Amino acid sequence: MDKNIIEVKDLKVHFEVKKSFSQDVLGKGKKLLRAIDGISLNIREGEIYSLVGESGCGKTTTGKALLGLVKPTSGKVLYKGADINNLDKHKAKDFRRKAQMIYQDPYQSMNPRDTIMDIVAEALDVNHLVKTEKERTERVNEALVQAGLFPPKDYSYRYPHELSGGQRQRVVIAGAIIMNPEFIVADEPVSMLDASIRTGILKLMLDLREKEKLTYLFITHDLSLSWLVSDRIAIMYLGKIMEEGLSDDIIKRGLHPYTKALTAIMPIPGAKRKEKRDVLPGEAPNPLMEVTGCKFASRCPIAKPICLKEEPQLREVAKGHFCACHFV
Amino acid sequence: MELLEVKNLRTYFDTQEGEYKAVDDASFSLNYGEALGLVGESGCGKTTCALSIAKLLPKEGRVKGGEIFLEGIDVVKLSDEKVREKRWKEVSIIFQGAMNALNPVMRVGDQIAEAIVLHENIKKEEALKRAGDLFELVEMPRERIKNYPHEFSGGMKQRAMIAMALALNPKLVIGDEPTTALDVMVQAQILNLLEKLRKELNMGLILITHDLSILSETCDKIAVMYAGKVVESGTVDDIFKHTSHPYTQRLIACFPNVGKDKEIPDEIKGTPPNMFNPPTGCSFHPRCHMAIEICKVKEPPAVSLGSSHCSFCHRAKEIFNG
Repeated sequence: MDKNIIEVKDLKVHFEVKKSFSQDVLGKGKKLLRAIDGISLNIREGEIYSLVGESGCGKTTTGKALLGLVKPTSGKVLYKGADINNLDKHKAKDFRRKAQMIYQDPYQSMNPRDTIMDIVAEALDVNHLVKTEKERTERVNEALVQAGLFPPKDYSYRYPHELSGGQRQRVVIAGAIIMNPEFIVADEPVSMLDASIRTGILKLMLDLREKEKLTYLFITHDLSLSWLVSDRIAIMYLGKIMEEGLSDDIIKRGLHPYTKALTAIMPIPGAKRKEKRDVLPGEAPNPLMEVTGCKFASRCPIAKPICLKEEPQLREVAKGHFCACHFV
Repeated sequence: MELLEVKNLRTYFDTQEGEYKAVDDASFSLNYGEALGLVGESGCGKTTCALSIAKLLPKEGRVKGGEIFLEGIDVVKLSDEKVREKRWKEVSIIFQGAMNALNPVMRVGDQIAEAIVLHENIKKEEALKRAGDLFELVEMPRERIKNYPHEFSGGMKQRAMIAMALALNPKLVIGDEPTTALDVMVQAQILNLLEKLRKELNMGLILITHDLSILSETCDKIAVMYAGKVVESGTVDDIFKHTSHPYTQRLIACFPNVGKDKEIPDEIKGTPPNMFNPPTGCSFHPRCHMAIEICKVKEPPAVSLGSSHCSFCHRAKEIFNG
């Protein structure tokens, strides 16, 4: 558990956004969207590491950058010590096999005209990993069983529209684990599913971690789910990590004002609230804006003048508990 | 007189494969100023209930039986003409996915004014002024009525949809998953807003969702639906503290006990029944952990467990008494 499988060092991913055609012709109006603006993190082997934040905070971009699906503007992503953006062809192919992604929407991430068999086997076919039809069927069946779709023959010749949302997400997981990966980025794997079947998918993910020795990056906006499954949680806001620590530390002893705001609105079934919810006003600012100082200052209930000038650094406030705030 | 009383509602869809029983015996009621949460898995008939109340069913759908009393008048029996007068004035719906419910090539203010002009004999300028007032009511700057939907964020679009739903001072507003597509922080903002408006305007609110966790903070009453039926209904305390239906128990158990026990709760195994051909007896029995022989053959009757609390389960009393 102590060895790092992923190391991210001061990673930045900026996108150039064009304003309009006329401005483009005149050579102005190019703006930078700072999707990730300098984050560093380590994910240990066998760990489930959660990234939590509102839409547009850079969670998904981080997930993609960790898989080499977007190129960093600066900084490095190391997989077992090797820079993933600087691998030779052979090693890059190997990395692609070992690092897989589970997407959010099981209704749109599958080709509706392919059978489940073809969808799950796609990675095998593309990489020419199986020679005979029999071997292919065996591998697919094995993956379907691992993903909890039993007996596999009931599923393999059906089409995505014939399955429920939970079953589809299991197919997506089968498609990822068929490559025997070591590291999986799960991007909101349950947020499109009914509350009644979410926990089944999470259980499956945890089972696979035990059996297949997997490591996960779990991307979610739901703090309660991230607490439930993960070892450590990082809270992201506008491309920056605001707080990082053990999941219990974040939920029970969260220090950053943004973390506190998120835990305050976490709905708890059965709990009645006497007073109004303490909600942050407004929405997360546009990442196109250039922010000096703390990124959260514009919505922070305890912001002081220094927050607008100086950006707080992520520093260790207790063992393994990091926070980026001037007043913690 | 209650604001809304739905009695044994049955709404079926005619399809090529036969009759689809989307809503099959649902009953609930709501008073002025009250909020009711309608909760259940996808496909349990929540939205169909809402569409039946507003008489907005697609042409394949029809109300096969039951009554829907809105201020004492049965809307099922009303002519389309009459309903068109009432709709939006008395019942309005905030649709699911605000992102897609607004017309992208029309200014938001014009869309709201359109509804007002159609129902009330006033000039467009006046209607636009009302739209501005409504924007202020939902805590948005009034000059934003001149914007197009793409200039709004998700939360603002949802606010605009709420403003539109309130345009004619309805007595009953139905929110169909009004916060599902939104961020957590924005979700909390919208729920706060709905709560504030409900109290200020003394309107009835039906909140449709599959997320039980948001209901206890927002609603007075909850009706749990399964396979087209309301299987348990009662106050928030009845449902959460004196749960008396196995399905409700399982739904509540699906949520993590934050900060306490880090055990992943069990999902509800299996899938909701096929409503072309629902199971005999209690429709939940194939997935129920407490099912006994009688559940397979006999439909459970309504078991009253208090003035407001009702459960449709053969073993309701047993569960109620713990």
